[in-house]
Order: sequence, then structure tokens, then C-alpha cells
Amino acid sequence: MIQDPPTRTRPTYFEELKARGHSRRDFMKVCTTLAAYMGLESSGVAQIAKAMETKPRLPVIWLHFQECTCCSESFIRSSHPIVSDIILDQISLDYTETLMAASGHAAEAAMHKTMEDHYGDYILCVEGSVPTGEDGAYCCIGGKSAEQILQETAAGAKAIIAWGSCACNGCVQAAKPNPTHATPIHKLVSGKPIIRVPGCPPIGEVMAGVIVHVVTFGTLPELDGAGRPKAFYSKRVHDSCYRRPYYDAGMFVESFDDENAKKGYCLYKVGCKGPSTYNSCGIIKWNNGVSYPIQSGHGCIGCSESNFWDAGPFYRRMQSFPGFGIEADADEIGLAAAAATGIGIAAHAIGTNLRKSKLINNLIAEGKESEKEL
Amino acid sequence: MSTHALRRVFVWELPVRIYHWLNALAILALIATGLIIGDPPAIRSGGEAYESYWFGWVRYIHFVAAYLFFFNFLFRIYWGFVGNKYANWKNFIPTSKAFFKEMWEVIRIDIFLAKNKEHMAVGHNPLAGFIYFLTFIAFMVQVFTGFGLYAAMSDSFIAGLFAWVPAFFGGDFALRQWHHIAMWFFILFAIVHVYLVFYHDYVEGRGEISSMGGGWKFIEEEAFQHEETREKEKV
Repeated sequence: MIQDPPTRTRPTYFEELKARGHSRRDFMKVCTTLAAYMGLESSGVAQIAKAMETKPRLPVIWLHFQECTCCSESFIRSSHPIVSDIILDQISLDYTETLMAASGHAAEAAMHKTMEDHYGDYILCVEGSVPTGEDGAYCCIGGKSAEQILQETAAGAKAIIAWGSCACNGCVQAAKPNPTHATPIHKLVSGKPIIRVPGCPPIGEVMAGVIVHVVTFGTLPELDGAGRPKAFYSKRVHDSCYRRPYYDAGMFVESFDDENAKKGYCLYKVGCKGPSTYNSCGIIKWNNGVSYPIQSGHGCIGCSESNFWDAGPFYRRMQSFPGFGIEADADEIGLAAAAATGIGIAAHAIGTNLRKSKLINNLIAEGKESEKEL
Repeated sequence: MSTHALRRVFVWELPVRIYHWLNALAILALIATGLIIGDPPAIRSGGEAYESYWFGWVRYIHFVAAYLFFFNFLFRIYWGFVGNKYANWKNFIPTSKAFFKEMWEVIRIDIFLAKNKEHMAVGHNPLAGFIYFLTFIAFMVQVFTGFGLYAAMSDSFIAGLFAWVPAFFGGDFALRQWHHIAMWFFILFAIVHVYLVFYHDYVEGRGEISSMGGGWKFIEEEAFQHEETREKEKV
């Protein structure tokens, strides 16, 4: 928690809003929206209001490395415009390549000023993975490698938010053979709290919920074993899927153009990864709650899970097995092994009768002898 | 031709036999339902979802069988400390040089089919014992991966104990894959296991197959003498 009192250089969020001409009523609306994003109950509104009235706002540095900016795109489209306003205007995004007005040396200077003035206090958001191959030559900004920038900025960060699958698990660029040695943030930075917000991209509302929690309360949200906020990643897409009754009833789409697909049956057999994927897509949905992949008739590809590119194919239930060609899955290999076992057993049975004939004949003769005696 | 005088030996105690058949039942149910869960057949394509719950029942049977399998396994570990000498854990985990020596003997006689030879082990032979030890490890892999997958959809305390497993394996994708691959170990094991029971019954004539019913094996008088001389040598 931040203990130092608000100062002229670091006003509170409420003071910022007031200075911009917003009323207290607007302020309370914002607090309510934010509470909803964080998944808090209605009493949480008061906590947020108090935090935003009393805590100095947190500076944020937002870095972009190996990524496609889909996380930022998702974030700035989170459903309520006031949220992106709040976040973009109020969280004092001191440096972010995509959205800052400054460029070149001025931008670099702004970043360094934040790092120096707020050492130990700023939040570091990282979008993208860090290539460690070829001394980091695959991603350089301002003459420095991504890894150098990450280490410099991480040193004074209060906490790190790893945005998206790139920063959390390497995403597509870390798929085999991972030519640039794309590395997720938690493997490069130690000793700092890291919140992992996976997804390609993460849901905008989830990103808003996470960052708002961090900047308003100055604490980390509750995280699971994989460092993900429990509020958004504790349930599988499967558990909140509106097609789940079809799954339990065993009513499956067999191919994308069949009658079952038109009726909206479960997409399990055409490769839906919902049963293995932890995310809130089924509840928060996408594009202001309009839809999500399964609702649009396509299975979940598991974009928020580690290694999802290599755990394909997307349109089959069974994973292909590494080292046995593209199409061989565990069942095919198992069946081949069972057939080989059968052949081995047949050979062994024949061998037994040939090699152990004396023993076997003895047993038979002995048995026959006893039979006669009775 | 030689004749054998046979003596009745109580090898498998009742708890061991109950364990064996519960285990067989649970594994059969788990494999059958597991294969269906992995690749469900296209049974229904009409009507409403609320009219049926067949896939839910298949999964339910899988979970019930999993609990049975798990507690049965825990019981067997316990029995490895309190059961008779054929049930003892030392049959499974190699603790002496002699264990490896005998294991090699079994490989020579039963796998490479040394001409007209047979070995004298009464309970588990050392090779079988060691392979059962490997199956226990496979049991644990299945319990950890299975309950790890189950933890996300269960509020039960036992499943909760395994909630850390998905993160350890790097997510449910990998976990599911390992769970599925490990199943094939059980299938291959069952095939070889059943064959070898028939093989031993056929070559040794000691009632190998029926021993898991009544617990008895019928052992040649020579084996007892052989054991006596071994005891004397030890002294």
C-alpha cells in the first residue's frame, strides 16, 4: 500500500477528475463502473471511492516488445468509454509506444523521468515477449534490446503486469521452433510481483479490471497458481459455456457444416479447447458483450493457455503427439503399441511351446497319470 | 517323467484379492469411460438437451471409479506394510542385490525362454514385483493428472488437494495429454498381465489363474526343500 500523502506532483484521482470539471456524481459513477469491472460487490464502490480520494495516482510505464498490439486494441475498446478515459487520462500512462503523444528522445526522457521520480512506486505493464536469441537483436527500441529495457524498468517497478499471452507464455512467437527465443516475462524477472493476464488478446474489461485494482488499491488482486487474477481466470470457458447442456447430453457438432452445427450443439468434437482453458469469455464476452467465439459457432482455441499453438491442432479433440509426425495422436500410437504387444505375445506363446515342451509335456503326462489313478 | 507332490500355500490374502478385483473393475470402467470422454460417439442428434444426460453420466462414472481407484490404491499401500510376506512392499521395491539377480533370472527364463527352465518364486517374482512398482508410479501419475483436471470443476476437499497440479504441468492442455497417454500404459499392462497369468499357469501348473480367486497356490515339495537349503545357506 502507498503510505505517502498526495502531493502536488502526484494528486489523487478525485483531484484529477475535479480539475477536469467532473462532478462528484460523475466520480461516483466511475467508481461504480470500476467496482463492476473488478468483480466487487456493491459495498466495494465505497472502498474504491475512498481509495481514489486519498491515494496518489500511480504512474504507469507500458512497454511493447514482441507483440501485435492486440492487447492495447482490446484494452482501449473496453466497454464503457469512461473507463478508457479514466485509464488513459488518469492512470498517468507515462510511457507507452502506441498511445503517447511524445516520440523519440522526448518519449525516452519521459520514461526515464518516471523511473527516477517514482522509483519503487510505478507499475510496469509489459505487452509482448522478450527475444533472448542473438543477444536480443530481434527486438530493439532506442538502441537497447528488449531485455535491457525490461531489466532497467523492472528494477524500480512496484509490480509488473504481463499483458496477453506473449508476455505470459510467449504465444505464437514462442511456438516451436521459437527462432527468436521469445521468452515470457516471468522467466526473465525475479523478485517482483508479476500479474499474468493471458489471452490473445485478454478481454478488455479484464485488463481494465486488473489495472484498476492495482492503481486504486495499490495491491495485487488475488492470484492463482499460475499468477493469474482469480476473479477472471478461476473458471474454465467450458464451465460458463451456454452450450454446456449439449455437452452433458452428448449432443455434439460432428463437422462444421452439419445439421448439429446449425442447431448450435457442443463444439467439443471439432476441437473446442474450452474444457482446458481458463478465461471469462463465456461471461464477459467480447466487443462490448456482443458475442464470443463459441457463440459465433467456432470452438475455443485456448488462446489464454500456455503453449496453445503447439498443443493443436485447433479442429481436433486429440493433441498430436510430438515426435510422431503431425497427425499421430496418443490413441493411434497406443493402438500401434497394443498391436506390437499382441504380436510379441503371439511370438512368446509359440516360443514357450517350442522351448518349454519338456516341462509342459511333463505336466500333461503327470496330470494324465493322476487322472488314471483316481 | 517326474511326479510332483504339491502343497497348498495361502498366497493372496482376502484384502489383496478384493483390492485386485476392485482395481480391475475400476481400471476397466476408467478406460472405457475415458475413451468415450476423449472421443464421444455420435449417439444423439435430435431432441432437446434437457432430455438426456448420457455424456454427463459417462463422466460421472469416470469420477466415481476414479475415487474408488484412488482409495483402493491407498489401501494397498497400507496393506504393503501390514499384509503377509507376499503382499509386503519389499516385493515391489528392489532393496538388495539378490532382487536384481533374481530379476535377471526371470528375464532369462520367462522372457528369453531359457530351454525347459522354470523359476521357483511363489508370490510375485522379482521382475513382476518391480513392474508392479512401475504400475504404482503410473497409478500416481493418473491420480495426480486426473484429480488435477477434476479440481477445477469440483468443490470437494480431495480434488482441492490437487489444484496445484495444472500449473505444475503447464496448464490443462499438457495435463490432459499426459492423462490420456498414461491410460495406454494401463491397457498395454492389462494385455501383458492377462497373458502372463495364463503363461505361468500353463508352464508351471500351480493354479496361477485361480489363485486370485481363492488365494491358494499349489507348490511342489521341492520348492520347500529348496527354500530350506537357502535358509541354511543364509545362516
